[in-house]
Amino acid sequence: MSDSMTIHLRVWRQAGPESKGKFVNYTVADVNSHMSFLELLDVLNEQLIHAGDDPVEFDHDCREGICGACGVVIDGVAHGPQQRTAACQLHMRHYQDGDMLVLEPWRATAFPIIRDLVADRSALDRIVAAGGYVSVDTGSAPDANSILISKNELEGAFDFAACIGCGACVAACPNASASLFTGAKIAHLSGLPQGRPERKERAVAMVEQMQKEGFGDCSNHGECEAVCPKGISIAAIAIMRREYMKAKLA
Amino acid sequence: MAHPLSANVPDGRLQEKWDNYKNQIKLVNPANKRKHTVIVVGTGLAGGSAAATLAELGYRVNSFCIQDSPRRAHSIAAQGGINAAKNYPNDGDTVWRLFYDTIKGGDYRSREANVHRLAQISNEIIDQCVAQGVPFAREYGGHLDNRSFGGAQVSRTFYARGQTGQQLLLGAYQAMCRQISTGQIIMFERREMLDLVVIDGYARGIITRDLVTGKIERHIADAVLLCTGGYGNVYYLSTNAKNSNVTAAWRCHRKGAYFANPAFTQIHPTCIPVSGDYQSKLTLMSESLRNDGRVWVPKKVGDSRLPQDIPDDERDYYLERRYPSFGNLVPRDVASRNAKYACDEGRGVGETKLAVYLDFRESIDRLGKNKISERYGNLFEMYERITGENPYEVPMRIYPAVHYTMGGLWVDYELQSTIPGLFVLGEANFSDHGANRLGASALMQGLADGYFVIPYTLGNYIASTKLTDADTSHAAFVEAETAATEKLDRLLSIQGTKTVTEYHRDLGRIMWDNVGMSRTAEGLETAVGLISTLREEFWENVRIPGEKTHYNKNLEFAGRVADFLELGELMARDALMRNESAGGHFREEYQTEDGEAQRNDEDFAFVGAWEYTGQNQDPKVHQEYLDFENVQLTTRSYK
Ligand SMILES: Cc1cc2nc3c(=O)[nH]c(=O)nc-3n(C[C@H](O)[C@H](O)[C@H](O)COP(=O)(O)OP(=O)(O)OC[C@H]3O[C@@H](n4cnc5c(N)ncnc54)[C@H](O)[C@@H]3O)c2cc1C
Ligand code: FES
Repeated sequence: MSDSMTIHLRVWRQAGPESKGKFVNYTVADVNSHMSFLELLDVLNEQLIHAGDDPVEFDHDCREGICGACGVVIDGVAHGPQQRTAACQLHMRHYQDGDMLVLEPWRATAFPIIRDLVADRSALDRIVAAGGYVSVDTGSAPDANSILISKNELEGAFDFAACIGCGACVAACPNASASLFTGAKIAHLSGLPQGRPERKERAVAMVEQMQKEGFGDCSNHGECEAVCPKGISIAAIAIMRREYMKAKLA
Repeated sequence: MAHPLSANVPDGRLQEKWDNYKNQIKLVNPANKRKHTVIVVGTGLAGGSAAATLAELGYRVNSFCIQDSPRRAHSIAAQGGINAAKNYPNDGDTVWRLFYDTIKGGDYRSREANVHRLAQISNEIIDQCVAQGVPFAREYGGHLDNRSFGGAQVSRTFYARGQTGQQLLLGAYQAMCRQISTGQIIMFERREMLDLVVIDGYARGIITRDLVTGKIERHIADAVLLCTGGYGNVYYLSTNAKNSNVTAAWRCHRKGAYFANPAFTQIHPTCIPVSGDYQSKLTLMSESLRNDGRVWVPKKVGDSRLPQDIPDDERDYYLERRYPSFGNLVPRDVASRNAKYACDEGRGVGETKLAVYLDFRESIDRLGKNKISERYGNLFEMYERITGENPYEVPMRIYPAVHYTMGGLWVDYELQSTIPGLFVLGEANFSDHGANRLGASALMQGLADGYFVIPYTLGNYIASTKLTDADTSHAAFVEAETAATEKLDRLLSIQGTKTVTEYHRDLGRIMWDNVGMSRTAEGLETAVGLISTLREEFWENVRIPGEKTHYNKNLEFAGRVADFLELGELMARDALMRNESAGGHFREEYQTEDGEAQRNDEDFAFVGAWEYTGQNQDPKVHQEYLDFENVQLTTRSYK
């Protein structure tokens, strides 16, 4: 049941933001099919350390698809081949003995590379800081059930709130646009009564911040939706545009 | 033994203590708040809510986290829900009941006044989160929905699909972002706190390492809030995120903060079993699954038939059998121990025989697949991704895993540690869960501490403390920075033959085998010896690649494993000192005839708070006696 495989890896190595990177080939023997993809990288790294080499740096934390820390382009696809799955939840049973995997970091002007597969995604935080919140000070909230929200409305907003902020949408987009990320937050908050009072200011500020950070424009390729580990719908982008236009016209 | 510790619990009836406290404390003038800087280490539910709220009040906040964004703190992974005594379902819940269930669930090893305050505050948390836009589940009529969790007979758990922690954390993170945008919070991400700086006996700052450039930095403030989470990763395998660690808390401990009840750890009953040596972490399947899933093993030892081929009368639904009134919803410690017994008897299932079934067949028949998928869809999906098996068709295989640590830095009623000016919030403190935490109460505690407790208690501290003028050139900063740098240099200079992960895994095995679900004096003594030997070996033989001047995960982890190697020993000592069984701390010598935990209230109704006395010196335990004035200590019975 747990078959052992040999996997070849071609990994992007880059010492620092200013350094020139290159691909380096490695082979890992005895890969167990129950292993996760990140565990494969762990095994590779142990091998490298024992051999006196520098391990491959990659971001990770929860390893269960929710924190958004991990992010590797595997064979040209952000987070790899399995749909709706972050790289940390990808398991080696999807590969076969002798396969070669090409691993690269997120690539986007707005995401400078820190080292190897680690990119700086702080631009996403700055987009949220521009307006991705409800302005409510602690202690000033009314009773939770005084705001009624229909189940459908709630679930609709939740689908957008599920974004984990991993940046795969940016990495997959030919224009390196952050529209799905930004749209998801705008759609979450404008989709609920709590978020409506500030919807105009929010849409304008977040969209403008996104542009300022050097993300590209959306030209409806849909690659973002295809790689999103949470399956966030590209409808978010339409909502973002509508919110932005309405705010600008008003 | 040393002086008993006083928790500074305010006077008055239990129900009035928090109000009395708030009525009597000193306040900081609004215009003066901006003259005070507060360091908040950690951006999980505790740190995120504290940072945002203090900034709203006007304090200048410097906030720190290890991850590349505050939104990625480990709290993001919480699945099941958050408790509150709203009593929306009208099923008899009250503040008192939430308080009582929590104290009882903790096996009477927590402080009444803290737990009662927590229950009182619980409702405000829900209000606050909803106002932020947290999408808690709703009924068709638009009202909030609740579900029940282990250890309670009412439905008081609010949830947001199977990702409650994510939504609550995003609420706190967004509240932080609002303050970051105005400069009220300065956010330092990818920073690790390496030491606490104490000046004239007061916590005044921290030393951090920039994890990208390796630069060591000094930060000064009027108070330091430690919100750095739990230490479950001392077991190597746990459900905690990989970056969860004890370093910040441990280094404060070495600077004088007492560490309370380190042996009180929670082993969660429903996790996906280990599949091999390469395993890097364990995944929790939310306890909420026990609402609709039935736990069983075959009656026969060594029965290797497929689960679907085992007829109902040859299955042992052991929780329902042993605990008819709570059934599958017994508290975690009880559920975990019973799974272990079933496997110890040879009735475990799956390839490794270290698993039991969690079966949804009956509820799928009763409620339909859609209802089950609505409730647990994302958990089922997660399970299938990891195991390759479809839980709609075959029962899940689950096994207990380390999940939460009730112990932590000792704090008084104001959440202040034994170092004045060092406050500890969330999982990093020991305060509210005694010897066992009930489900859905950690999120509640983290947010209670951050949104509603610390704004008062920190204000009282600042208003009543006169600090000396100091800046980061103070000798205490120089000394702490030098020590931190030397430690890194020393780690890098060893260049031995074993990796950090290998040492961590070795430590984890010692901890799991001897300081895990079931403990004995003999095993604990063995553990103390094994850990100290392993620690010595680590400092002679660890191999850390790279330099300290660049992003270097192995170097980060080396520092954390070094601290775990000290903490692990303290945990074993604490477990050895506590000659009783209480909650998650089960000593085989102390059990009833039918195998339930046997407390010893006469001798052990206290918090054991350990003082660090120096490298390789025996630590000293101080006691905070727990006075139970409002609840009667009974034997927990879930039968
Ligand atoms: C899988 C899982 C599911 C759970 N589900 C539930 C649930 O349904 N209900 C419930 O009530 N509880 C649940 N819990 C428990 C709960 O999630 C945690 O106890 C709680 O989130 C801890 O929050 P915290 O703010 O104290 O710490 P954390 O969220 O762990 O945050 C710690 C923060 O400190 C930072 N930090 C740590 N060390 C340093 C350092 N040295 N320097 C700088 N920064 C540092 C980290 O970067 C992070 O920002 C669950 C736990 C797990 C593991
Ligand atoms: S490591 Fe958290 S989403 Fe992958």
